[in-house]
Amino acid sequence: MSSAQDLDLASGGSQLIQPTGQTAWIGFVTIVRKEVTRILRIWVQTIVPPAITMTLYFVIFGNLIGQRIGTMGGFNYMDFIVPGLIMMSVITNSYGNTVSSFFGAKYGKHVEEMLISPMPVVAILAGYVSGAMFRGLLVGVVVLMVSLFFTDIQVAHPLVTVSVVLITSVIFALAGMVNAIFANKFDDISIVPTFILTPLTYLGGVFYSISLLPEFWQKVSLANPILYMVNAFRFGILGVSDVSLPVAYAVSGVFVVGLGSLCLILLKRGVGLRS
Amino acid sequence: MLALNVKNLEKTYANGTRALDGVSLSVEEGDFFALLGPNGAGKSTLIGIISSLVNPTAGDVEIFGISVEQQRALAMCQLGPVPQEINFNWFEKPLDIVVNQAGYYGIPRAKAYQRAEELLEKLKLWDKRAVIARTLSGGMKRRLMIARAMVHQPRLLILDEPTAGVDIEIRRAMWEFIKEINEQGTTVILTTHYLEEAEELCRNIAIIDQGRIVENTSVRELLTRLDMETFVLDLDKELDGAPQIDGYTTRLRDANCIEVEVPKSRALNRVFDHLNKQDLRVMSMRNKSNRLEELFMRLVEKPNE
Repeated sequence: MSSAQDLDLASGGSQLIQPTGQTAWIGFVTIVRKEVTRILRIWVQTIVPPAITMTLYFVIFGNLIGQRIGTMGGFNYMDFIVPGLIMMSVITNSYGNTVSSFFGAKYGKHVEEMLISPMPVVAILAGYVSGAMFRGLLVGVVVLMVSLFFTDIQVAHPLVTVSVVLITSVIFALAGMVNAIFANKFDDISIVPTFILTPLTYLGGVFYSISLLPEFWQKVSLANPILYMVNAFRFGILGVSDVSLPVAYAVSGVFVVGLGSLCLILLKRGVGLRS
Repeated sequence: MLALNVKNLEKTYANGTRALDGVSLSVEEGDFFALLGPNGAGKSTLIGIISSLVNPTAGDVEIFGISVEQQRALAMCQLGPVPQEINFNWFEKPLDIVVNQAGYYGIPRAKAYQRAEELLEKLKLWDKRAVIARTLSGGMKRRLMIARAMVHQPRLLILDEPTAGVDIEIRRAMWEFIKEINEQGTTVILTTHYLEEAEELCRNIAIIDQGRIVENTSVRELLTRLDMETFVLDLDKELDGAPQIDGYTTRLRDANCIEVEVPKSRALNRVFDHLNKQDLRVMSMRNKSNRLEELFMRLVEKPNE
């Protein structure tokens, strides 16, 4: 090892080191860059599987079975499920990215690199949420491109489409963060996706209009928040929805604020992170 | 100015374990300070609280007069902790690990690369900058953690067992490096199980045991309290029992090796005179243990053990 003398490695000890005004911003950008690099580095795990799964959905449900179903909501079945399948990919990947990446950092203890730094918790949260959004939206775009092999879909309301997919991605990135914060072992990060997220997604109007359900189950379905997001997105692309758009935005807004506040409180208190 | 001021720190974990029981400790700016203690004494909990990774049950920590509880961000800017356990992402590259850490401290990317290069060069890791960190040797991993902790030029560097499992050559090189950092003005706190390391490097020392500081003084002052040293003598002949020497306690280690406890007030000459008279020649002689180790053992020794 070389001498440290010819180099200003140490602070000299006398000056007070202040967090710069840019600490939060640079910290945020660092986390986003790290997440994007990770997602692209392991593209075989992050991008390819959803593309294959969704291609199979399009072939089996949209093409083979869909031809026998006929129309739904005034559209042929393939067109009807495209928004739902894109949304399902965005939800699964946004959630999966934060839960796996942040829990991985906890499990490997390198979350401590961030916890001992002067970076505010809002920068940590925003960094992980942005990384998850990148993955969710990237997979969403890939699924959209795959869908173009099967259908010639048009976007009816671009602003609604983009805003709904962004908000949904944020919601599930935040939900994944809550899961990761409370998780203590790998089992804990698969329980919620398996037993809560997947059933709610499948029952959230991805494959059907709730108008097909008996009245009682239609009302039960309205308690499923994913229904609002899937239908708002379907409205953005096809112009049809089972729920009112303002209600869908309001429900989504409540989840963004609620989950965002919860994440900030948990991170600030160091729940599951600081002993 | 005090680099570190720990005031009546208490920590009881959720499972009821009382790790710290009213620890108070101060470290002067520019000091090279040793924090010693047996396993489970509370060292890592204390470092965890200083690093804001562990919440104290009571008490406060100030780093250069800045309260960790009240002004965490400002306090953390002054601190560079090197933990005992490897805690970087094993699947990242060393250069990325150091550069990202700089980012968490708000250091712009270009500056971060420059500092990372300087540190990795100095710590002989530049050639390994692009390998997966998991593949680094134990010594390299520890050096990488030092580079990471130094990237924001902290005023207080805390090294928790930095040389554990590191070979002697690398260990000595690390000592030199840390000594020079200290000479440049950075306050260094070191925990170690190698007591010769503490004796050689540190000016002041605290010994923690069962969550309490049992000693806090200068290394020099502590060594003056050593009233007894134990020497191991290799003899040229085999013995049936340890020779009895007035004023000294002797034990037979094996057939031609004895231990002699020598009080500080007595010279070794009488031991040699006695052995000479018995026609026994001393082939070699050494300290049974490091001087600081002897003191340490006495300070943390349990009465019933």
